[in-house]
Amino acid sequence: MSTALPMRKPQRNPQLNAHGELIHLLSTEGLPKPIIHQILDTAEQFLSVNEREVKKVPLLRGKSVFNLFFENSTRTRTTFEIAAKRLSADVINLDIARSSASKGESLLDTIANLSAMQADMFIVRHSESGAPYLIAQHVAPHVHVVNAGDGRHAHPTQALLDMYTIRHYKKDFSNLTVAIVGDIVHSRVARSNIHALTTLGVPEVRVVGPRTLVPGDLREMGVRVCHSMEEGIRDADVIIMLRLQNERMTGGMLPSSGEFFKEFGLTPAKLALAKPDAIVMHPGPINRGVEIDSAVADGKQSVILPQVTFGIAVRMAVMGIIAGNEA
Amino acid sequence: MSKILIQNGRLVDPASGLDQVGDLAITSGRITALGKVPADFAPDRVIDATGLIVAPGLVDLAARLREPGHEHEGMLESELAAAAAGGVTSVVCLPDTDPTLDEPGLVEMLKLRARKLSRCRLFPLGALTRGLKGETLTEMAELVEAGCIGFSQAEVAIKDTLVLQRAMQYASTFGYTVWLRPQDPWLGKGVAASGSVATRLGLSGVPVSAETIAINTLIELVRATGTRLHLCRISSAAGVELVRQAKAQGLPITADVSINSLLLTDVDIGYFNSSMRVTPPLRQGRDRDALQAGLADGTLDALVSDHTPVSEDEKVLPFGEAEPGATGLELLLSLALKWAGADHQAQPDAARLRRALSVVTQGPVKVLGEALGSLSSSAGRLVTGGVADVVVFDPAASWVVEPSALVSQGKHTPFAFETTGFELSGRVRLTLVAGQVAHDALDQTVVA
Repeated sequence: MSTALPMRKPQRNPQLNAHGELIHLLSTEGLPKPIIHQILDTAEQFLSVNEREVKKVPLLRGKSVFNLFFENSTRTRTTFEIAAKRLSADVINLDIARSSASKGESLLDTIANLSAMQADMFIVRHSESGAPYLIAQHVAPHVHVVNAGDGRHAHPTQALLDMYTIRHYKKDFSNLTVAIVGDIVHSRVARSNIHALTTLGVPEVRVVGPRTLVPGDLREMGVRVCHSMEEGIRDADVIIMLRLQNERMTGGMLPSSGEFFKEFGLTPAKLALAKPDAIVMHPGPINRGVEIDSAVADGKQSVILPQVTFGIAVRMAVMGIIAGNEA
Repeated sequence: MSKILIQNGRLVDPASGLDQVGDLAITSGRITALGKVPADFAPDRVIDATGLIVAPGLVDLAARLREPGHEHEGMLESELAAAAAGGVTSVVCLPDTDPTLDEPGLVEMLKLRARKLSRCRLFPLGALTRGLKGETLTEMAELVEAGCIGFSQAEVAIKDTLVLQRAMQYASTFGYTVWLRPQDPWLGKGVAASGSVATRLGLSGVPVSAETIAINTLIELVRATGTRLHLCRISSAAGVELVRQAKAQGLPITADVSINSLLLTDVDIGYFNSSMRVTPPLRQGRDRDALQAGLADGTLDALVSDHTPVSEDEKVLPFGEAEPGATGLELLLSLALKWAGADHQAQPDAARLRRALSVVTQGPVKVLGEALGSLSSSAGRLVTGGVADVVVFDPAASWVVEPSALVSQGKHTPFAFETTGFELSGRVRLTLVAGQVAHDALDQTVVA
């Protein structure tokens, strides 16, 4: 017997206000296409700022941006710091290593304390999926939250800078084949990229790797699941390589990094299967000889370093836009 | 107050098929007349139950009362009061307290405290192994003497199959029932059910095979040892099917399902709502449908609240870090009515009402069986001469779940109105345990 339940109350996407404007950036899932383009267009304007002698705009003057990293990441934190400073914000870095629970103070107590220090924006990195949502639900209305990576769930600014990179080199999303290679199941970058790419109308998104790292139920996210590089890379326009974490070997998901490289590492020979003008991306930091051959990482098709430059502009755009919208 | 007369209520007892408007007389804790009460009965208190349903008190096979050791999350006093407020007159509590219920003295103390509170009958499950560690057996015979009605590992699976087999063999020596939640300890490590929601949200998954592998192992051990087994909190369609097959083979196996798994799915997790963090994890729509069907056709014997009060500090955390569990004692009746389609009716259809009440009275009593001792012939039933464990409720009264208004110390529930947006129906007006008033909200009855 199946009882039809009444409809549940629709839950509003917590990153948008009642007018559909971006107030937090938590995920690329449910991020409307016009907002993605708005972020990319704004980033394009900021790129010229980054080329100026005085690299500052006063958009966030007088505002306090707290870098709240419950999980260490010097690179991402630094790019956010640079972006915030170029917007003239005051930046406070807090490295709260590992879980808030192990420190004794609860996550929300930490947030309450920092809010009392007149924070205007929290940039949050946390090892648990969904932590930035919890924070966004509990901050004062004027405080904005940017997800800088939560567990396996999302890394929206990385995805947006990847979209920027793809748009920069490929102009149009509507006829692309994009392959994401490596540890998909544990990757917040992969999830955020999949949502952004499908929203932007990319007709074919492939995820490539062994079954332990690329389970079949990923298909439900609208991607083609490939278990060989041959199938995954062929005729691709964009190849996004993911970093392989060492713990995948100790956790029994892979026998060795050598075997992974042999089967799924990107070498010049495998890259030749892609379109001649394919670009190679990587969120960094790269493991040479594990997921990518140096000849490819440093090769003509690699856009890994431009990604980093674009990343600052994209993060400036995100912070600038959400700071201008009210809850 | 030794003599009570409940007048003009709709007397419903799924076990006997009784469903008629009439009176019920109680003398010294026992039902002395049912239907027509002798004219010379001189009650001390008369209760007008016009428009209300008079049914056997509910029997809940799974509740955590949090004593001893977790008093910040719940205490015997608050949680047994919650049971009474939910019309529950008998409750089975789990051994995962701190210390665990592996010592007869602890069990005696709990039983004694519960008796003094006289809100609800308490039937503890003893730990199957010491400290639930899965290594050495507990003194089962002594624990039963102290009041345990069976043995359980709560949420801690025994990893060593040899220990599991021996624990089952030993329990079967004395005819004790072993109550286990089937979950493979390794595959069961995730925080949400495997599937598209967990994949999308980046939450670690618990595959259906975590449940089916454990059920298959347990079924084989039942076959080998003849132990009576109660499978707790089946959560998947495949799990229901395995229970169905085992029962068809005549194996001594019973099973239950929680209100959470019966009515919710992983989609309800929404944006990481940690109120939806429960064990077993909420699965997909087809699993929920199979659980509803399995409860209707008797494959699953009982509906349980799986009541688990969790403190604010342990719950308002990122989904994966939040402590699993939800409050449930006060929702059991209304959710049983909802499942059976007996809600939102001034006088529910007889078949639906019987179905709803059966899974929270007759069904669980069948699972408990002989372990109830002298109560086994009358608990969960309305019979002349039987114990007067009775609930009087208003089937037409609608209500919304406001967590702060709950009696339980645990305020977190997936069924909060704020989340679900739906109204429940069925409000308990009076709960009697052995003829004693355990909960009285008769003054809230709206006279039509």
